[in-house]
Amino acid sequence: MLKMTHLQKVYRTHLIETYALRDFSINVREGEFVAVTGPSGSGKTTFLNICGLLEEFTGGEYWLDGVDVRGLDDNARSRLRNEKIGFIFQSFNLIPDLNLFDNVDVPLRYRGFGASDRKHRIEESLSRVGLASRMKHYPSELSGGQQQRVAIARALAGSPRLLLADEPTGNLDSLMARGVMELLEEINRQGTTIVMVTHDPELAARAHRNVHVIDGQVTDFDSEPALRTSSRESGMGNRESAHTEPVSP
Amino acid sequence: MFTYYLQLGLRSLKRNPILTALMVVGIALGIAASMTTLTVMHLMGSDPIPWKSDKLHYVQLDSWSPDEPANDDGSPPDQVTYRDATALMEAAKADKQAAMFKLVLPVQPENPEVKPFQSLVRVTYTDFFGMFEPPFQYGGPWDRKQDTEHARVLVLSKDVNEKLFGGQDSVGKTVRMNGIDYSVVGVLDEWKLRSKYYDLTNGAFSDPEEMYMPFTTAVDLKQRGSGNNNCWRSPGNGWESYLESECVWMQMWVQLDSPARLAEYHSFLDNYVNEQKKLGRFQRPLNNRLLDVNQWMADQRVVSSDVQVQTGLGFAFLAVCLVNTIGLLLAKFTRKAGEVGLRRALGASRREVFKQFLIESGVIGLSGGLLGLLLTGLGLLAIRALYTEYRTVASLDWTMVLTTIVLAVASALLAGLYPTWRACRVQPAAQLKV
Repeated sequence: MLKMTHLQKVYRTHLIETYALRDFSINVREGEFVAVTGPSGSGKTTFLNICGLLEEFTGGEYWLDGVDVRGLDDNARSRLRNEKIGFIFQSFNLIPDLNLFDNVDVPLRYRGFGASDRKHRIEESLSRVGLASRMKHYPSELSGGQQQRVAIARALAGSPRLLLADEPTGNLDSLMARGVMELLEEINRQGTTIVMVTHDPELAARAHRNVHVIDGQVTDFDSEPALRTSSRESGMGNRESAHTEPVSP
Repeated sequence: MFTYYLQLGLRSLKRNPILTALMVVGIALGIAASMTTLTVMHLMGSDPIPWKSDKLHYVQLDSWSPDEPANDDGSPPDQVTYRDATALMEAAKADKQAAMFKLVLPVQPENPEVKPFQSLVRVTYTDFFGMFEPPFQYGGPWDRKQDTEHARVLVLSKDVNEKLFGGQDSVGKTVRMNGIDYSVVGVLDEWKLRSKYYDLTNGAFSDPEEMYMPFTTAVDLKQRGSGNNNCWRSPGNGWESYLESECVWMQMWVQLDSPARLAEYHSFLDNYVNEQKKLGRFQRPLNNRLLDVNQWMADQRVVSSDVQVQTGLGFAFLAVCLVNTIGLLLAKFTRKAGEVGLRRALGASRREVFKQFLIESGVIGLSGGLLGLLLTGLGLLAIRALYTEYRTVASLDWTMVLTTIVLAVASALLAGLYPTWRACRVQPAAQLKV
């Protein structure tokens, strides 16, 4: 699903070169749930930005669902982002003057779906997060947990293959956080690949695999996470085929 | 996506009502200032009779003094002498022709309730009506025979007919002026002229005449015209010597229906002047002109340089307003950097963001244009109230309404280009903690 090989991201000024990612290699298979952990400034966010095609990289290779993203122009990157990736942000990032329906509608508009198709997808994705009855409400009328659910519905509406989540529970209390995490697990069980950046060891432990990043490099990973067994036992999704294959960092 | 962006634009207007109001009012004021002056200039200079303005020609003959030209630019006098006007009328070489001047005559109404008043009379030939096409409410023009027979007939304007006969069909009734009875043969309907282009020498925006009288009939009155009268040498004493003098006080128009007819008539004028030279007149070099309506209006500077300067100032004010709008749009769009980042993350390309924000600028421009249209209307009302001579040109026509809207939207798009470009350059990663 996502393969980075010897990826490099350097911020250059005329005085100094700063490596945000150095020789960064990772392979995330379809259907995986990967947690990315690491201290602040380690390069997690840069990694996720590059994953989401929101930032360019300066060296190495990045293949997203079989597409080599090097050299793609802005239109192609935007289209790829729209079709393949869903984003979940720590601060939800809903547009305050759009109601829930219209917020979920945003990525679908850029996808070029027809009105009836969009309506069906919006209703379905809001139902999936349990907010179908509040479509005409505005974000300010919802709790933080509900807002994050709307963000998840927005991410899911376009049926992305990959969900990128940055501290999705970072702004939520523990009860709401649990609900959101359960939702993400549910989504993953249904086949969507998830890459989640988190500081929370409890959340990280619920992922299939943890990737630890320090100084822009993958320093640690576990290829056989405990959750895999329990997931397999639950019989959900395509766990049998999910396989972690870290490329030698 | 256009309607989607249009909806977003409208929604965005509501989001920051104060900022929106500042931008819309700014554009509206700039538009109103420029469009008010532009409308006046446009209507002043607009073709008053577009379907035949290239066929109607104003005749100028250089009968002026051998010692100096009539005008500084060497052009012939703006009017012709009585001798030349009548000679050209008698020759009748054009498809239609009308010499004319204006006269003021006292009217003595039969109705005792209407007080006597001075009436402005256009003295001309029957072809005048066929050439300039004023609409008739009742009756019609007098005929050629009446032109030659010095018939005491009149065509009334709608206003005078209202005043004298209560607006009824007055054809066949008489009007007494200076003790002479004239029979009404026709009554004009409302004749809306933006400029009195057939007599620019006496004020392009002066009041239209209240009556029309045959040329020969008026000359019998032995009364000088009330328009401009210029002589390069003394006309001598008495009416007859005035008529024979070199004083210019008549306007002469001809209708020439094709370029070939125009060339023929020009040749005829040159021959006429050469003949007159043999009689000791026209001592200046051959310098006859036949200008069509628009050329004549340009020559007479119907659109004055003052009006052009005012229009320039109006547009300069619009430019200032646009600079202000650029600043406000920058502020507005900068505040939306987060939303831009989000939309980019959700799949919007730079091109889509550019379209969205440009359409939002257009929506602001459209709102400013509509308000500007209202303010332009008020501005023109003020001009009509302050300057009565501009009342015929201080009104909005459809062309100017459309121009106002297009100018407003185009201005806002122009003002929005830089802020929109800036918005497109937003790095989504910098705005979103993904």
